[in-house]
Order: sequence, then C-alpha cells, then structure tokens
Amino acid sequence: MGAYNTIAFDAAKCDGCGDCMTACAETKVGAGDSARSRIQIGGDAANGFELALCRQCGDPKCVSVCPAGALGKDAASGVIAWDASKCVDCLLCTVGCAYAGIALDEATGRVAKCDMCEGNPACVTACPHDALKLVTTSRIYNEVGNWEDLFAPGLAGCQGCNTELLMRHTLRRVGPDTVLATPPGCVPGMGSVGFNGTTGTKVPVFHPLLTNTAPMLAGVKRHYKRIGREITALAIAGDGGASDVGFQSLSGAAERNEQILFMVVDNEGYMNTGMQRSSCTPYGAWTSTTPVGEATHGKTQDAKNLPLIMVNHRCEYVATASTAYMEDFYDKLDKAIAASKRGFAYLHVYSPCTTGWRFPTDQNMEVARKAVETNFVMLWEYSRAGGLHFTRPVDDPLPVTEYLKAMGRFRHLSDDQISHIQSKVVENLGFVKQLAHVAKA
Amino acid sequence: MEQTKYLVVGSSHAALEALTAIRMHDPDGSLTLLTRDPHLPYSPTVLPYVVSGRSAPDNVFLRDESFFAAQKISLKRGKALKALHSSRNTAELADGSEITYEKLLLATGASPAIPPIPGIDQVSYHVLRTLDDATQLHAAMKASKQAVVMGAGLVGMHAAENLVKAGAKVTIVEMAKQLTDGYFDATAAALIEQAFTDNGATILTGSRVVKLAPSAVGATITLESGATLEADLLLVATGVKPNIDFLVGEGAAVERDKGILVSERMQTSVPNVYAAGDCAQAKSFYSDTKVMNAILPDAAEQGRIAGMAMAGDPGIKDYPGGIPVNTYHFFGRHAISVGLSKVPEGGEVVTRFDEASGRYLKVIFHEGRLTGIYGVNEFFDAGVMSQLILRRIDLAPLRERFLAEPMKTGREIMSRTWR
Repeated sequence: MGAYNTIAFDAAKCDGCGDCMTACAETKVGAGDSARSRIQIGGDAANGFELALCRQCGDPKCVSVCPAGALGKDAASGVIAWDASKCVDCLLCTVGCAYAGIALDEATGRVAKCDMCEGNPACVTACPHDALKLVTTSRIYNEVGNWEDLFAPGLAGCQGCNTELLMRHTLRRVGPDTVLATPPGCVPGMGSVGFNGTTGTKVPVFHPLLTNTAPMLAGVKRHYKRIGREITALAIAGDGGASDVGFQSLSGAAERNEQILFMVVDNEGYMNTGMQRSSCTPYGAWTSTTPVGEATHGKTQDAKNLPLIMVNHRCEYVATASTAYMEDFYDKLDKAIAASKRGFAYLHVYSPCTTGWRFPTDQNMEVARKAVETNFVMLWEYSRAGGLHFTRPVDDPLPVTEYLKAMGRFRHLSDDQISHIQSKVVENLGFVKQLAHVAKA
Repeated sequence: MEQTKYLVVGSSHAALEALTAIRMHDPDGSLTLLTRDPHLPYSPTVLPYVVSGRSAPDNVFLRDESFFAAQKISLKRGKALKALHSSRNTAELADGSEITYEKLLLATGASPAIPPIPGIDQVSYHVLRTLDDATQLHAAMKASKQAVVMGAGLVGMHAAENLVKAGAKVTIVEMAKQLTDGYFDATAAALIEQAFTDNGATILTGSRVVKLAPSAVGATITLESGATLEADLLLVATGVKPNIDFLVGEGAAVERDKGILVSERMQTSVPNVYAAGDCAQAKSFYSDTKVMNAILPDAAEQGRIAGMAMAGDPGIKDYPGGIPVNTYHFFGRHAISVGLSKVPEGGEVVTRFDEASGRYLKVIFHEGRLTGIYGVNEFFDAGVMSQLILRRIDLAPLRERFLAEPMKTGREIMSRTWR
C-alpha cells in the first residue's frame, strides 16, 4: 500500500466560477446541474470560497458507520468506493462524515460522493484558475518505499534530527553496491559504524580520519575499478570534517576528479562533540566556542561557502540541497550518482540541528524551509555543461529575521548583527546570481 | 485454559471499531472476538432492509473470514458469554469453557424488551434484532394479510412500511402520544404519520395493549379502549434492553444503571473491563449525567475509544459525550435529527414548514449555539451539524443565513473551521 493522490483546493485562486461543479455533474450524472456535483464550492468573493468534497480519509468514518457494508476504502487507489447495490439509502454515512463529503443527491434519493474519476478528476481538468490540483502525494515514498533500507534500524540521533532521514534516503537510492565512508561526526555518532562489533549499515562502511576521508575513499574506488567491479564510492561527512581539517584532502580529490560522491551534511558546527564552531558556522551564531556574554556575542566571522568553493574545482557536479525539499534533493542525488561515475560529485545538504541550534524537536523541517524561504541558504546546482542555476529560486524572500527567530542560537542578536546578516544574505544572493548569469551567457 | 490479550464480546459496530483500534496500535497481541450470533458480523441497522428483501441476507456482512485471518483475530461465533469472573480476569462461556483475558470489552448490544402484557406468552410474535429474526420476518411477511406492529420507534416503523409494501393491512399501536417519539417532534411525526396513512396503514397512538390471546387468524390484541385487533403477524418493537445477563456472581460488581456505566474512556468500575455501544451508559454531551444513546455512530465512536484504551494507544482522546443523531427514510422521503429534541432553558426554537413540498425544518439555538436541528425532506449534512454542536460554534453572526440555507452555511463554516 502506498500513499494516494488527492484533490487540493487553493481558495486564493478560486473565483467561484463553478466550472468544476458543472464538469462534475456532467461527468457523473450527464447534466450540468451543479447541485448534483460531488464537489461543492461555497462562500463568496468577499469572505473567500469554501470547499465541500470527499477527503478520501485514511480512517473514514462514513465507512465505519455504514450498516450495509456499502462503503469501503480501496487499498490500491485510496478511493472510498460506494457500492450502489449494497447501499440501503439510510443516510448514516452523512452522519459519520464531518466534511460533507458524502451527501444526498435529491434527484435520485441516494447518496453520492467523489470517486476521483478513476485518477483523472473532471473538476481539476475544468478549473480554469489552477485552484484545483491533483496532488501526487508522496511520490518519493511510493517510489522508494519498497527499496531496501541499508541502515540498521534504530539509529541513535538526537530527537528531531533530520540526518537519519537523509542517511536512509541516500543509501536507499545509492543502493547496495556501495562503499561508504563516514568520518568522525554525527553520522558515525548516530550509528553508521555500528555498535558492539557489528556495523550499522548493510553495505561496507569505514571510519576514516577527518583529514583523509576523500583520498581513502578514492583509493577504495580505484581498487574496485582495477578488479573490474562497479561500485559507488560515497562519503557522508560533516561540515567540520569537510570545510576545516579535511578540506585539503577534499580539494585534492576534487582536483584529481576522483570518481566519488562526497556528501556534506552541514549543521554549521561540530555538533557531535559539543557544538563547537566550524568555518561553516554563520555570523552571530552561538556555539560553545563562540559564547554569548558581556564581551562576546556569538561568532564574529561569516561562514565559508564551501559548495561555491567546490564549484571552483569545476567538479562533474556540485549542488546544494535541503531536507525540506526532498524532491529537489532526490533530483540532485540522481544527478550526483550519475556524475560520480565520471568524476567528482559534491552534494551539500543544509541540515538544521535541534540540539546545537536550539529549537523545538518538531521544528526541523520548518527551520530548514525558513532557511530557503529567506534566501539564507540557496538551492542551486552546477555542472560543467550546464553551469550554475537555481533549482528553487525564491522570488519574494521573507526577511531573514523569520529564520533567525526560529531558533535559540540567534536569540541574543543585536539589531546591528541582524542587519549584518541580512546584508550578507543579499550579498550572497547577488554573488550566486552573478555566477548563474555567467553560466547562462 | 484459553488465554487472550484482548477479548471483545459482540460483533457489531462497537466491537468492530474496537478491533480496528486495537490493531492500529498493537498488531500482534492475541485478539479474540466472541459473539453469540452464528453469523459473520453484521449491523442490526441493516435488518429492516433484509426484511424488505432489498438486502440479501448473505450480502450484509461487514467483515469476512479473510479479515479475521489477515488481522490475526480468533473469531468465535455462536458462543455466548455466560458469566464474568473478574477477580481472575476470566470469561465463562455458555458451553462451560473459559477464556482468560488481559483486557475485556463488553460490546454485547441490546435485545428486544418484551413488555409484560398478559397473554404474551400464549401467542407467537416476531421481534427484529438479529439476522435470523429478519429472515423469519421476511418469510412471514409475504403471507400476511393483517399485521399489527407494537411500538412506533424506528424499528417498528421500518417494519410497518415493509409490511404495507408487501400488501398487508397494517396497524401500528403506540403508547406515546406520537409516533417516533424521542426521535422526531410532533410536526415531523405528523408528516411521517400522514405518509403511512396515505399508504393505507392505521396508526393508533396513545394506545396501550392490555391483553393478547391466540385466535384462529393468529392473535387477538385487546387495547385499553376495549377495541380488539386481529393479527396474522404480530411484531413486538417496543424498545430494547441492554444484554448484561452475564453480570452475575462476581460480574455483578460491574456498576450499572440502565446499562453498564462507563468512564470517558469506556472503562467500567471493574479493572480491565470496558464497555461500549448499546449495552453501555456513557456521558451525555449536554450534561454530566450518563445516558443510553443507542445509536450507530455513537457505538462506533465508543468502540474506537475503548479499543484505543485497551491497547494503550497514546493518541486516545476522551469521549466528548453522545448526542442523539437519527436518519430515517420512509416512503421515499427522509427525516434527519441531530442533537437534543428538548429545548434547553432560555433556548430558542425556529421552525419553517412548507406544506406544498412537505419540507420541514426545526432549529434549536441556545446562547447563539446550535443544540439541535431536525428536518423532513430538508437535507443537511448531519455530520457537519454534529460538529457544529460538539465544537459549540457561535452561530449568532450567521444566524439568518444558517436558517435560510442550513446545508450551504454549515458547509461554509466547516470549510473555514475544520478543513
């Protein structure tokens, strides 16, 4: 069983034209009488338009209160199907449904409900304003849900950490013919290198030093190449291990165009060892080595932009990603895997840290999303052939304070510090835009 | 002795929802469903349609054998609960065998209440609560020329309509001043009565049967007024009583009033024992008193809460209290009632009746909030109206629009408030 498609309604785009209702009635009962439509638009332009439509609930109350067994959720399509031959017209389903998703059709004296038109809803096709959309929910889940999870169950991450999500999705996609390198950091800390003499993965994994991850992995890859076996050489490293002490060897491997996929999980500090600052920690952020007190007010330097530095190695592929945009991440992961067969591929994933950044554990995705929506981080990709371009340009960015106030590490910021960060966001955006412009020209 | 983690007794909506709720949280714990009925699970609510022939008796089951196999539920049909030995968490069955449980749900439903009328044990009569009752009544109905239905609740009215349609001369005898008392008000009842008399039925409200005796036709029914009726088919539909005969011995410690008294999580006064559905007496939405609210949607809701409580599901929420909700189809028309029929003190009643179309609407407000809404041939979404009541939504700003177009306005509030 997978996740299901659903009809989404955007009230802001609806002008109440009623084309959806006419289309539904025509399709279902052969007459354009909108009273008989299974989708009902109410409300008005002044107060906004409203929707009554079957939600195809996961735990449908109409089904549980039907005394005749006439309603049931189809496991394959997710549609709640109505069996006219079993229905006794008792209307109890309309008692169960709190959404007016199943109602009486007065013309027939029987109930009627949306059946999703076998996957191609007439109302969606008819909507001239894009207010109705057929949303393909959980495409990734449906696609990769049955692939083998190559991490052991029960990784020991902090509550609310998104890195487990990242690790499991990445390894599922990369597949079993992989050798994995995880240098010191959160990823081995969470259990990739295992406990009690067993590894935490179902693929070969090793634990290089912070300083030699890329060359060790390159050596492994070259060995397999020599014996004629096709593998993906994958590193999942932290920002500290990549941008600070590991940078020299990373840069060397990129320059030699080694055929490896190097993924950096950037939580902007040495979070695994007690939240020390790294060269990726942003300006103004509290860390245990950039404390906040009378004399100091967080980090005084701006962050190094590691992915842009990697672009300057003219790698096969460089991209930034965020776990708030998994489809974008997946597209880039696919391209990075392909590029790693030709040469050096680099993926930089921004990864909010509930513990080190100090925000509630249920807010990880929200923080990741805010980072993108404010342009604090930018999602782009680079290849030698295609140059650099934005994959999720933000036309109308939120003020950076929307991002900063979502977490505790920026709580102490002065107005000056905030305006510094805001100006840095503008400057960084301009810089990347220039590169994108150059690539286009 | 047989052991099970969860023992659910009964096989209708409350029991089935409990099974689902238990399996949502505990996919593996041993689970046993015990029912005295020999059939697969079905709903008592579908039985009038089995009587009419609209539903085939083998096409009304709510679950099949494969469901129980897939969910790893041991189904014991045709086995009645005889006694409860709660100090050792054991249920004794009618056949003498015993099952120990960790958690027990009593969802045993109700049975027809047979009034103590002199001579009732001398005549043969029908009741309607089980599938076998329904198939027997269906068979007897075809031959009936003159039928008497005692009781004008929804079961009696449904059966009476079926008998009328099958060609019998039908008389409905009801003690109360109006039919469908407790479900619909006098105006709605008059509309229903009119539909029945138009179709040839005789309705005797405010009438009490004082004597029954066998006769050449079948039975002679003597009324309080002295009048007599002859019936070749007699249906007793004068209400139901909860099935709690097994609460004897140690089981008598389970506190009860009209039904088994339960908490807001469907727990009885005895540890590890829960109750839900028509045998349970739970909190009313309108007051702290516990009431019998023997309606299908409430049984399902109570069963779900009981199952979550038994399995220890942390997502459980307290039962908000039941509100009466009924839907009724008669001679091609429909009547819907949601909420309290009684007007609360300081409450306001608005009615609208269009004689030409037979559309009737009655709305009861209290302090700007909806407490009840009734319609005949006036469709509105009962599920949406229930939520307006349960959420205590202030309708004062939308009052006129709500009265003019309850369905449309209700949907707008729904879309705005709990989409």
